[in-house]
Amino acid sequence: MRPLRPYAEPHITGVCLGLVLLACFALSGQGLGASGAFASVASGVVGAVSPETAGHSAYFQSYLQDGSPWTAWIVVEIIGVLIGAAASAALAGRTRLTYVGAVRPSGGKLCAGVAGGILMGIGAALARGCTSGLALSGGAMLSVAAWIFMLALFFAGFLAAPLVRRLWP
Amino acid sequence: MNDLLIAGGIGVAFGWALECAGLGHPPKLAGQFYLRDFTVLKVMLSAMLTAMLGVFWGGRLGLLDRGALYVPETYLLPQLVGGLVFGLGFVLSGLCPGTSCVALASGRIEGAATMLGLFAGVLLVGLAFPAIEAFYRSTPHGPLTLQRLTGLPYGVVVALVTVLAVSMLAWIAKWEARR
Repeated sequence: MRPLRPYAEPHITGVCLGLVLLACFALSGQGLGASGAFASVASGVVGAVSPETAGHSAYFQSYLQDGSPWTAWIVVEIIGVLIGAAASAALAGRTRLTYVGAVRPSGGKLCAGVAGGILMGIGAALARGCTSGLALSGGAMLSVAAWIFMLALFFAGFLAAPLVRRLWP
Repeated sequence: MNDLLIAGGIGVAFGWALECAGLGHPPKLAGQFYLRDFTVLKVMLSAMLTAMLGVFWGGRLGLLDRGALYVPETYLLPQLVGGLVFGLGFVLSGLCPGTSCVALASGRIEGAATMLGLFAGVLLVGLAFPAIEAFYRSTPHGPLTLQRLTGLPYGVVVALVTVLAVSMLAWIAKWEARR
């Protein structure tokens, strides 16, 4: 197994990420985000499959009221994230198809991934944002919401970590 | 159209930075919770500091209209509970919503598993919304900021957060050097 090419220095990469966030604020008035894209696409699917169900939920409605949920700002941004990350990984020789190599994730780990995703989807929906949209972007604007979310996130993470140690040898 | 070009461009740079930092690699993210790898905190604190100082000085120098920038609204209880639930999910999957996309883009199948879960999670909240709407809208405080909460001037809060974040980064560096 070829070792991973080294990643960039975290502080410098953090400053670059901060400049991207700053550019995002300057150009669009809002911060970066991620979970909103999932919510927008989910609302689009529900709206297409059963408009009645979507009509009963103010949550879905909020993503359907201004324009198409498929071309919302945050959905396009996330498509950009996929492209940018794919390009960066490919150029640095870090692309690795984990399902064909020896580092195939076990079934249990994939289940943990799905379960973790479900919990984060619920958490981000309740909190109105995730690590990017609420913690990072809101944190930079000194939003109280961001700091509450961040503290709760790390508290729960550190508390639960010993229980799922088996997942991360 | 112009807006969407900006969205795509910003997204490319965002994904690029996350991938370079190694945040598409689940063991690296989970390692934060076992104090084995501090990349998550280092990247988050440096990025937040940079953006916070940029917004502060940009506003001071008249390069940026700070009043026009979006500040998330605070809903104390749902955000507290949301953060706790999110933290559990984070340590289970070793990814967050943005980095799950990065993981998939760099070929890691775990990224797709987490994205599927995220999709299901928001779908569940949307479907159950009539039942949980009262909780979702409880304890509202509007776009509350630390300076409004504490009554301190904006510049003082920026300085305090800067000192706190830099001390944390210095403490992490010292802890890593000792091991």
